[in-house]
Amino acid sequence: MPANGRIEVNEKFCKACGLCVETCPQNVLGLSASRINAKGYHPVELIQAGCTGCGICAIVCPEAAIAVYREIVRVREPEF
Amino acid sequence: MDEFSKETLVYERPNTLTDFTTHYCPGCTHGIAHRLTAEVLEEMNARERAVGVASVGCSVFAYNYFNFDFVQAPHGRAPAMATGVKRLLPDRIVFTYQGDGDLASIGMSEIVAAAARGENITVVFINNTNYGMTGGQMAPTTLPGQVTTSSPHGRDVETAGFPIRVSEMLSTLDGATYVVRRSLHDPKNIRMAKKALRIAFTVQERGLGFSMVELLSTCPTNWGMTPMESLHWVETKMIPYYPVGDYKVAPVVAEIKV
Repeated sequence: MPANGRIEVNEKFCKACGLCVETCPQNVLGLSASRINAKGYHPVELIQAGCTGCGICAIVCPEAAIAVYREIVRVREPEF
Repeated sequence: MDEFSKETLVYERPNTLTDFTTHYCPGCTHGIAHRLTAEVLEEMNARERAVGVASVGCSVFAYNYFNFDFVQAPHGRAPAMATGVKRLLPDRIVFTYQGDGDLASIGMSEIVAAAARGENITVVFINNTNYGMTGGQMAPTTLPGQVTTSSPHGRDVETAGFPIRVSEMLSTLDGATYVVRRSLHDPKNIRMAKKALRIAFTVQERGLGFSMVELLSTCPTNWGMTPMESLHWVETKMIPYYPVGDYKVAPVVAEIKV
């Protein structure tokens, strides 16, 4: 099962260039249709579940606007 | 049985960048180059001893975006100014951040002389094949046939000459220690670029001499393309002319493990 992740977008920096939307391997990013930032761009957001926290959106982001978190999977000791 | 307990931070904005929004156009890879430089300096714990030298061009406002000491050089003279800063403050990490209009055109003599002297500085060279800030005029790095605002029928090599491959040229100088070219058009190449920057700054930290990383970059607005189209243009048009690779790696650099 792939890891679970999430991103936090600092909307102040996002310029809606769409590089993260195009390169996201899971295709879970999209430009927000409802929100708008101070520069007049529609910031990027998670549009559906399935983010694995791989961090590729942060690697291609020219504005360093994305923070990426990934859940730690802890394997529990087997119970006998 | 798996259990999600807590989460780990994969990536966040480095402290070596200030809280300013950049003036770069959406999708411009200048921002990626800024980010990689900032990340590398943060990883090397060099924020308090880094001195940047900004050039003239789109990168002129770099001093607003990096959260450490910065000076602004006259057009093309960043390597000369970096030489002065480094000789006065040899314990600092001094780097210049220059575009191709600055480094490859008006500043060509300064960069060649600095490399020939083996000056202990690092140069981040952004190659986007035109003068971005002034409206996309033809630069020494413009590809043959490429349409710019000052070559509306495409660069004619009979009158305007051929593009200059700066990395190949500087690699012939004995003073240069580490001269490489990287691209910023996809995640793999961005990771390779970051590693090259890390090696370049480590070369300087160890006092091994001149290091330069050339980064193939985009200029979506002046090329008249979307950000994704320009990344594709870098891959299909620029890389065949400016191959990504290591052009000068002195034997002593091989001992650097990052």
